[in-house]
Amino acid sequence: MLTSKKVYMDHIAGKPVDPRAIEAMLPFIREFYGNPSSIHSFGHEPRKALEEARAKIVKLINAERAESIIFTSGATESNNMTVKGVAYRNMDKGKHVIASSIEHMSVINSCKYLKTKGFDVTFLPVDKYGLVDLDSLERELKEETVLVSIQYANGEIGTVQPVREISQIVHRKNAYLHVDATAANGQVPLDVQKEGIDLLTLSSNDMYGPKGVGALYIRSGVRIEPIIHGGGQERGLRSGTENVPSIVGFGKAAEIAVNEMQSESERLSRLRDKLIKGLLESVPYAFLNGHPKKRLPDNAAVRFNFIEGESILLSLDMMGVAASSGSACTAKTLEPSHVLLATGLKHEEAHGSVLFTLGRQNTEEEVDYVLQIMPDIVKRLRAMSPLTPKELLG
Amino acid sequence: MYTEKVMEHFRNPRNMGEIQDADGVGTVGNPVCGDMMTIYIKVKDNRIEDIKFKTFGCGAAVATSSMITELAKGKTLEEALKITRKDVADALEGLPPIKMHCSNLAADALKAAIEDYYKKQKGKVENQ
Repeated sequence: MLTSKKVYMDHIAGKPVDPRAIEAMLPFIREFYGNPSSIHSFGHEPRKALEEARAKIVKLINAERAESIIFTSGATESNNMTVKGVAYRNMDKGKHVIASSIEHMSVINSCKYLKTKGFDVTFLPVDKYGLVDLDSLERELKEETVLVSIQYANGEIGTVQPVREISQIVHRKNAYLHVDATAANGQVPLDVQKEGIDLLTLSSNDMYGPKGVGALYIRSGVRIEPIIHGGGQERGLRSGTENVPSIVGFGKAAEIAVNEMQSESERLSRLRDKLIKGLLESVPYAFLNGHPKKRLPDNAAVRFNFIEGESILLSLDMMGVAASSGSACTAKTLEPSHVLLATGLKHEEAHGSVLFTLGRQNTEEEVDYVLQIMPDIVKRLRAMSPLTPKELLG
Repeated sequence: MYTEKVMEHFRNPRNMGEIQDADGVGTVGNPVCGDMMTIYIKVKDNRIEDIKFKTFGCGAAVATSSMITELAKGKTLEEALKITRKDVADALEGLPPIKMHCSNLAADALKAAIEDYYKKQKGKVENQ
């Protein structure tokens, strides 16, 4: 580290837990250790807290009833439960599942798993902004289609999908619509009834709650079976003693989101726009990833030609700035992000992507700092790169 | 995830740039894979008198390029040809396992540059 400055702009990777959520959790770590399923007095407080948290999630997404919320260990479990649980429970209707090609890997790989079990899976293409192609959704929906899984918004490129339109198309063919709201929750208002969502994935840490907890909204009447079997907690859909302290923190985070989302999202959108505009103006051959308008308030995804993302991240880190990249070199798989490739980027373009995700503690001063250091970082790496055109080196 | 030595070379790469009248040039890798490097050498009396690199790639790709220029400079061509990928990684006090193959291309690029030099020399002799 060459600087004492610390600027955290990697909120997609992990968010700090809101101190108010931590405070709410502490009694359930220290004092109220009882099992919410117990009949004796030690179970009362945990049971009460569990149901209060559930009510806060209900309010966050305008669910029709508390029983529609199932607590899970996080978005990955919620997505696994949806894809596998709906597919297995509805085989009498058909064995076809549709997902967009830019879903989170927990949806994509659950779908691929189903394929090995004899299910038919279709991944929908997206346009250059990452918007799902509605015509091909309409075309691919069949009598046998039981589930369509489309994220509310993509965390890597920020693009927000037209969920209501998608819902209408899906419901015309009597399939279920699952929406993964992991990247969107806490940033945009969610209303499962108004938007016609049958299943919705929520993630606690993505709205400043603790890690390792999430939820799945299941509209009443949706046929789904559990993937975790045991003592029958969560209406038999998710066995295992409830993680009460984390669920309480999650509930508190949801309550805070309901109250503060609007003003915070407006603030973040302004910072985001300044960051994007500044980067595109100050660096030649810099381009925006994702949709210019229909995007999450926290998401500034930019790519720089002729250089590679990990080198950019290391350079930013040397200046105290934390961000992430869709480059293969930062992935365990050595493949560039499937999201960036699905939007039609070439491998070498995807490699140069940098993702800044803003959060509550970020200030305009920090955005200015990134804008101040970025041109020199790009210039230095381009001077090193054999791909840089001569006229850029000057 | 990287050793301090790798980061030091990433921060201050040695011998970065091009040699306009290079005696040998070797390029390996591919921007599609995320790593590509070019090594330029200047040869005098069978020794690598000057060497420079240009690299597109991750931190490991930059550091290995920088390191190989240090290892090869002043060596005879025969000595330089013996430098292995492992030698480069060892000199950097190790690379993350996942980077050992994809980004550790510098020894290959040096070999390609020396082979290019030999080929050019052969061409010169035949033209005489």
